[in-house]
Amino acid sequence: MPSPPPRERGPSMIGDSLAQVGACGLFLLGILAAIPKSLRHIKETIRQIWFVGAMSLVIIMTCGLFVGMVLGLQLYYVLSIFGGTAALGTVVSLALYRELGPVVTALLFAGRAGTSITAEIGLMRATDQLAAMEMMAVDPMAYVAAPRFLAGIVAMPLLACVFNALGIFGAHLVGVTWLGLDNGTFWSNMTSSVDVWKDVVNGVWKSCAFGAVVALIAVFQGYTTPPTSEGVAYATTRTVVFSSIVVLALDFVMTAFLM
Amino acid sequence: MSQTRQAVAGSALVEVRGLSTTLNGKIIFDGIDLDIPRGKISAIMGPSGTGKTTLLRHITGQLMPDKGEIRVDGRNVPKLSRNELFDLREKIGFLFQNSALLTDFSVFENVAFPLRQHLKLPEELVRNIVLTKLQAVGLRGAAELMPSELSGGMARRVALARAIVRDPMLILYDEPFVGLDPIALNQVLRLIRVLNDTLGITSILVAHEFSAIRRVADNVHLIAAGKIAAHGSPEELANDDSPWTKQFFGGESDGPVPFHYPAREYAVDLGFPAAAT
Repeated sequence: MPSPPPRERGPSMIGDSLAQVGACGLFLLGILAAIPKSLRHIKETIRQIWFVGAMSLVIIMTCGLFVGMVLGLQLYYVLSIFGGTAALGTVVSLALYRELGPVVTALLFAGRAGTSITAEIGLMRATDQLAAMEMMAVDPMAYVAAPRFLAGIVAMPLLACVFNALGIFGAHLVGVTWLGLDNGTFWSNMTSSVDVWKDVVNGVWKSCAFGAVVALIAVFQGYTTPPTSEGVAYATTRTVVFSSIVVLALDFVMTAFLM
Repeated sequence: MSQTRQAVAGSALVEVRGLSTTLNGKIIFDGIDLDIPRGKISAIMGPSGTGKTTLLRHITGQLMPDKGEIRVDGRNVPKLSRNELFDLREKIGFLFQNSALLTDFSVFENVAFPLRQHLKLPEELVRNIVLTKLQAVGLRGAAELMPSELSGGMARRVALARAIVRDPMLILYDEPFVGLDPIALNQVLRLIRVLNDTLGITSILVAHEFSAIRRVADNVHLIAAGKIAAHGSPEELANDDSPWTKQFFGGESDGPVPFHYPAREYAVDLGFPAAAT
């Protein structure tokens, strides 16, 4: 029996990837067009903010605390070599506000909320729930896709702020409570060095952008997944992989522009 | 029956003309013509893969044909804009094979969903309408249950209550009898007949079970090989002796619908070189 022809890779893979990016772009336009209609389902948007935001708090708070503690420990050691431990609060807070807060929160958000969004929408497609909405003259882009997209944009900066707060608390716990750094020095150096607009607000912008990107990828993957259990499994994996890559790449681009 | 419906009773609610569709290189419909009369229960039957569900998807504008006209209540579905299509769908109920209930909502909220999305009704009125429809399908007592707590037959009846909650002019049933035990089957059959007659609606059923179809349908269209192979009342088709109807209604394993999927010569596939020459 003749063996099946070898699967084309190289050019077809690049072509498929470009087609996916194009389809995702068109999908984004569809969501943006559906946002005015989705405001009629404001309760659904609020429910999604609770689902992707409040339900992610435990993992965000836990990780924020430990990231802050590790940062505090590592930086205290490095700074002590140069006799600069007084700058611990400044360095930790700048690292968190500008980079680690938005980026790590986005990666955690992709793993916690992005996957559940993809799986939920994928299963809705597999069980004809999206088709049923279409048949009831309810636009799934307005009722399903747009509220989850908006929820990502709203929830991400709030989660990043919680992450930053817990991170600073963790660094304080290690630097001040454990290693004996002066409490006043820790806080006063931090407040005098951190600029609200350049550091905090830029981090919030980044979080909004990451939230939009992760939510877009999660919703797109769920919406376009083949209606099979294998299809849903692949789609959730792709959500994490694509979100992580895009968040890190976008972080570089945004940092270059916001510096 | 409303005055408007009475005025046009007897004419076709759904008219299909010259419908041609090709999916994944396979010809599904090859220029078929079909009329679904108002106020009647019409069944679409045919071997698996002949496009019965595809026809329903054409009628509701979920899938566009390559060629042809599909008129529902005088409106040519393939030419409608998205907003016009949604307007039309507000007058159509669709019962999915797997019920397609919204799994996050209770039975009550599932049935109330179309009302809440399209009409700004007082909560008390919504409650009364939903309970009336649930009473019609015998599930008023299950209003607070979640879809995961329902049996297949119950889920089908909830989906039916949702499909009729806005008093549609047309209901499409996609394989409504699959997986039902005899009790649930009888309940669904009775509901289809009673709802059709009491609400004055038009029903299209896609199903394989001829014994069930004989009990409920007013007329049957048999689709095979991209064409309408036969149509008439269930009794007429049961007594028809064309090869298609004989094989389909007689349940013969071979005939115009071959048992084997198209393939190369068996001997060639088994690697006997002499057979290839």
